[in-house]
Amino acid sequence: MKTDAAFRSGHSQDMAACAASIAMKHVPLLTVTLAIIIFWYAMCIPMNAVLTAPKIVAAGGGFANTLIFSWSEGRPVLPSPHQVFREIWNTVFAVEPWAIKSLVYHLWITLSSTLVGFLMGGLLGTALAIGIVHVASLEKSLMPWVIASQTIPILAIAPMLIVVLGKTGLPDIFTKASISTYLCFFPVTIGMVKGLRSPDVMQQDLMRTYNASSVQTLWKLRLPASLPFLFASLKVSVAISLTGAIVAELPTGAVAGIGARLLNGSYYGNTLQIWAALFVAAFAAAMLVLLLSALEKYSLKRMGTKA
Amino acid sequence: MAAKVISAQNLGLIFQTADGAVEALSEITLDVNEGEFVSLIGPSGCGKTTLLRAIANLENPTSGRLTVNGLSAEAARLARAYGYVFQAPALLPWRDVNDNVRLPLEIMGFDDMAGRVSRNLALVNLAGFEKKYPWQLSGGMQQRVSIARALAFDPKLLLMDEPFGALDEIVRDRLNQQLLELWGSTKKTIVFVTHSIPEAVFLSTKIVVMSPRPGRIIDVIEVDLASQRKLEIRETPAFLKIAHRVRQGLKAGHSYED
Repeated sequence: MKTDAAFRSGHSQDMAACAASIAMKHVPLLTVTLAIIIFWYAMCIPMNAVLTAPKIVAAGGGFANTLIFSWSEGRPVLPSPHQVFREIWNTVFAVEPWAIKSLVYHLWITLSSTLVGFLMGGLLGTALAIGIVHVASLEKSLMPWVIASQTIPILAIAPMLIVVLGKTGLPDIFTKASISTYLCFFPVTIGMVKGLRSPDVMQQDLMRTYNASSVQTLWKLRLPASLPFLFASLKVSVAISLTGAIVAELPTGAVAGIGARLLNGSYYGNTLQIWAALFVAAFAAAMLVLLLSALEKYSLKRMGTKA
Repeated sequence: MAAKVISAQNLGLIFQTADGAVEALSEITLDVNEGEFVSLIGPSGCGKTTLLRAIANLENPTSGRLTVNGLSAEAARLARAYGYVFQAPALLPWRDVNDNVRLPLEIMGFDDMAGRVSRNLALVNLAGFEKKYPWQLSGGMQQRVSIARALAFDPKLLLMDEPFGALDEIVRDRLNQQLLELWGSTKKTIVFVTHSIPEAVFLSTKIVVMSPRPGRIIDVIEVDLASQRKLEIRETPAFLKIAHRVRQGLKAGHSYED
């Protein structure tokens, strides 16, 4: 019979085995992450040399001094990972979330316009796709414009859009969100045109034998069939929607938002602030994509898709 | 004299393809009466599916006259005169069995959908499978769901395009037996496309033998076997005699190309 202690140690062995198996699963990812961090630390040395060289010499040179000064420069060209991490810690966790210094506050400003733009872009993209699939002439007349719209660099068109829309008296958030919408609708249109056309000839013939109206065919056949395509498009859209929201903050000289932090950081040469903002934005985008993946899994499961 | 359900006179259908015009149907004249089970049999390319699709108004004949229930094929389709069973089940994968059979009822706006669904699932021996999704069913079961779906809105005419073509022989035999029973109990008029001689003779009251290039009718055989048939009937001389005549017809249609 096992003693209590033996039982507990057996239990902890199980836990260790479990942790090991999780670690094993992520070995490839961890390896790449580690390689990137090592490369990053290494690059700090030559990138910051112009600032740190005199200090290293003054301190008597040597490898240890090189590392210390390269990785702890106050206004580095390339901040080291732990400096960025500390900056994120200080601006995310160590301040109240509504403080002007807090990245949570700035992220919220950017995210709200991201989500409004994403929603409008998703609806616009779907509406365009429905039009294109149902009206043959729309494909010829609209599709070239849809594609052309994406060949214009967003940085070029954003200031003009914002100025024009700013004059219409719409709330500011819509003006900002319009840039996200502009980027977002495109993948949705392309994906949904394909998705709405994905039912095979037999399924379309079936609806014909029922004398189904095109609205019924849309609701009962085309839209459900297009759902996997929609989710694939939305995952692309939500990430570029965030990019759009950040870009929209640049030309207005916004005082709040991730874009404002980037602008502010570059005015004052505060690279730490820029990198922290970038990482937080990237993390937010990844979370949005993950959220959509979970939603996709859930809804496809509800639709009886084979597991 | 039973009422004419389908009447085709000198029906012709020419497809314009990249390689020129293809005469899919030529001089088709055929009547199908109420309560008949008519099989269209012939090799690939003989136009049997095209003829069925023309009856269903899924293809448009280029010449001749075609009426379904005394109406044009289009008017008959708009009046939802027939149920169509395709070569593949064509079930919607996101709907379970119950909701697949409900589909035509939803579109046509029926009351008592639940009652109709359960009645027709029972008719194809699938009661109890309502909550299964298509991928959880065998091919034969899927095709039975699609038959229940075609019957759900109670059309008097059933058009079936090689519905059991993709199934193995054992499943096909059983489904043939079930289909015959279903036909006996529902008194539907059925037009059935096949390329299997035993299947055609076993099921039909009338066999239409067709031949390709151009697609045309070369023989119409009245099958005078008892209407209550068991699979064993396929061994009887009367059955084999009819099967032989079908085979002769198919051979005659083919002879010029060998």
